[in-house]
Amino acid sequence: MKIVVTSIFVQDQDKALEFYSEKLGFVKKEDVPVGEFRWITLVSPNDQNGTELLLEPNDHPAAKEYQKKIFADGIPATMFGVADIRNEYKRLLEKGVKFTMEPTEMGKITIAVFDDTCGNLIQIVQK
Amino acid sequence: MNWDKDAIFKALGDSTRRLILDELSERNELTLYELTARLIMKHNLSISRQAIAKHLTTLEDAGLVKSKRKGKYRVLMFNNEPLKHILTGWIE
Repeated sequence: MKIVVTSIFVQDQDKALEFYSEKLGFVKKEDVPVGEFRWITLVSPNDQNGTELLLEPNDHPAAKEYQKKIFADGIPATMFGVADIRNEYKRLLEKGVKFTMEPTEMGKITIAVFDDTCGNLIQIVQK
Repeated sequence: MNWDKDAIFKALGDSTRRLILDELSERNELTLYELTARLIMKHNLSISRQAIAKHLTTLEDAGLVKSKRKGKYRVLMFNNEPLKHILTGWIE
């Protein structure tokens, strides 16, 4: 078994698609209408057959509550890997991305946390 | 305010909780996530977020830790008032 799709709750699918593609640099893979919402997934530009990230509407009240509460406690909703975290940090800052934690060494790994503007904190890690 | 001495000493009687107070007195206004990261990173503790949240409840019951909403975040703060009240009776 392998991980094919992983999802993240978003408040607004269009806004999320813009942030995840234009700011973060992911590539849109699927964009299919499903009822009131869309099935939108993105992939890494250099691993387009790899794991897809699904932008899931936070339409369910429990999803909204979950998102709000972990955000308030500063807890990231998910984590992405980067090759050079300081470069990535600089690149994203220049694009206007707001960080809640600058690159911080934690033993063998370095992490940073930013706001995806769609209701989530995202952690990036270099290991 | 009447501070509950038993609750305060119970809260202080645990090394992890004292470490939490150390962290908060050094850098006030941490989110739960930042506090967790610092405990694990700086102090090499293997502790779960759940366990930290439990310790925080004990500290909050004793009035030693307070939390407030700051924009979209909830931040934790050290409140040393109860300690002052406890010590004045013995020291003065």
